[in-house]
Amino acid sequence: MQFFIEVLIGGLLSGVMYALVALGFVLIYKASGVFNFAQGAMVFFAALTFVGFKEMLAKHLGMDADSSMVFWLSFLLAFISMIVLGIATERIVLRPLVNQPHITLFMATIGLTYVIEGLAQMAWGANVRGLDLGIVDEPIAWLMDNYEIGVSKFDLFAAGVAASLVGLLALLFQYTKVGRALRAVADDHQAALSIGIPLQTIWRVVWAVAGFVALVAGMIWGARNGVQFALTFTALKALPVLILGGFTSVPGAIVGGLIIGASEKLAEVYVGPFVGGGIEGWFPYMLALAFLLVRPEGLFGEKHIDRV
Amino acid sequence: MLYREAGQFKATYAEDSQIFPIRQDKIGFWLLMLVFGAAVPLLANEYWLKAILIPVLIFSLAAIGLNILTGYAGQLSLGSAAFMAVGAFAAYNFILRIEGMPFLVALVLAGLTAALVGILFGLPSLRIKGFYLAVATLAAQFFIVWALVKFPWFSNNSSSGVVTAQDVTILGYTFATPEAKYVLTFLIVAFMALLAKNMVRSSTGRAWMAVRDMDVAAQVIGFRLMRTKLLAFAVSSFYCGVAGALYAYTYIGTVEPEGFNLDLSFKILFMIIIGGVGSIMGSFLGAAFIVLLPIFLDNLVPAIFGDSLGAGFVSNFQLIVFGGLIIFFLIVEPHGLARLWQIAKEKLRLWPFPH
Repeated sequence: MQFFIEVLIGGLLSGVMYALVALGFVLIYKASGVFNFAQGAMVFFAALTFVGFKEMLAKHLGMDADSSMVFWLSFLLAFISMIVLGIATERIVLRPLVNQPHITLFMATIGLTYVIEGLAQMAWGANVRGLDLGIVDEPIAWLMDNYEIGVSKFDLFAAGVAASLVGLLALLFQYTKVGRALRAVADDHQAALSIGIPLQTIWRVVWAVAGFVALVAGMIWGARNGVQFALTFTALKALPVLILGGFTSVPGAIVGGLIIGASEKLAEVYVGPFVGGGIEGWFPYMLALAFLLVRPEGLFGEKHIDRV
Repeated sequence: MLYREAGQFKATYAEDSQIFPIRQDKIGFWLLMLVFGAAVPLLANEYWLKAILIPVLIFSLAAIGLNILTGYAGQLSLGSAAFMAVGAFAAYNFILRIEGMPFLVALVLAGLTAALVGILFGLPSLRIKGFYLAVATLAAQFFIVWALVKFPWFSNNSSSGVVTAQDVTILGYTFATPEAKYVLTFLIVAFMALLAKNMVRSSTGRAWMAVRDMDVAAQVIGFRLMRTKLLAFAVSSFYCGVAGALYAYTYIGTVEPEGFNLDLSFKILFMIIIGGVGSIMGSFLGAAFIVLLPIFLDNLVPAIFGDSLGAGFVSNFQLIVFGGLIIFFLIVEPHGLARLWQIAKEKLRLWPFPH
């Protein structure tokens, strides 16, 4: 039983990390109807940029790479890079493709994925880099002693970050002027335009926010597994999370992430041994697929009504 | 001046519904067939045959497969490489396990196996649409590659999962030289492309296009959605499967499941985007473009920037150029190279007059 709980909690916490990536997808999809396949690449780009700036600052300013000054400065620089990337994407890729079918926009983001991956590695090199956030990846002593359940401090920290990020976004969406405009655009592009909401500004804001989410996700993932190209594959796991939760729902991304994370770990531990292991790679997709057969719009997605 | 259909009258329906109704097109087509079917194998050197011409043909076939599904039937798929893998490993096992299995029969059986798997993974398309379906096809991609790696039976218990394709023998003749393999690939691809062309021109293709344009409307006017969609999945997977088998047997010889990864699926998707979504000829143009581009860049980049940049730079540069081209094509010419060719033909009909 203890083992089961341990696996479950580990799965839930890793699910939070998937949710973090999925969040970026949802933001962009909600606001612009673009299914942004490049979100995974953005996570990779953000993490690599952060680490790259950190190394560069430490080298050129002669400061300690672990000092908080360098940390926040490179965080800021990486965030600015993500904003620039977002604005450039809006300007170069999305604006000429306004009013194109969704599938065209989707394929354009696949192209964007390649560009971002290439740019990131060209700018910072393809080496695997470690990223230390100052939180050790070890079980929490108190839980270990009293209940003999190993829960990693790091995972808990990641969950905390994700939760506060979602809270922050919820506040942003609910109580600010920009947030209201964002919701209006998500609801109906044309209606939003007609009451004078600047669509392009909103898109830029959304891409910048998605870039911020990607940066946070990239830092946490990078600290966990090292900043490397494989990050882009991990980010693909956010896709089943999305279809499970529904493309348009922020809570859906979180709940979907938890379900995918928990079920994939449980399946790996309890079902995996019977079929040779390694089922983590496809299990989330199959689960999402099976789920879709019952509810084609995902858990919290908007019901799609077909009209001729 | 030469490219004009004036004076060519069609007196029967059969004449009117030819693939190439204009005589000049027909002559051009047969010239092309003659060049690629006879002159090329005689003249081209081994490098060209092995590294460029054979892969272009094989990828064209895979691109036709994806084009049928995505371009004609409108079901976006990100798993075409997996169906190629099914074809490759099915052909390997049919030839390995059945004594005296003729190669061409194995090829057809490999295609049929891929078609069956395709129908299986196409079933969700009846319930889910659009992006949801695209993500669902990723399930096929990851699951099939995983299954081929995990169950050693598929690779005849080879420890590394790598299988070496047997010799290709038809009626006692072994296709060993690159020239022979090229001719075989050429004939198969040409035959299947003709088949595909006629399929998309017939009622089957029209049903696919109706479903693509709006499936509810198509259903309302009496198309059977299930049959049409599943047929598209089956035919598409059949083409991908045969392409996969050819990939193993006439192109690289030794294959492993990991070779048919998501990257290859994307490459095939790029081929149809660049070549032209919903065009058989575009599949060929796109495949040629995607195969030639890296080779071209490999030679061009060091020539411009010097050798000092290293292989890493070149491969990253390639990624950027690839991605940039996709975006460029989607913005500038969403119908791809095939559309450019069409425009060129229209211009040629008028030339040298302005109207």
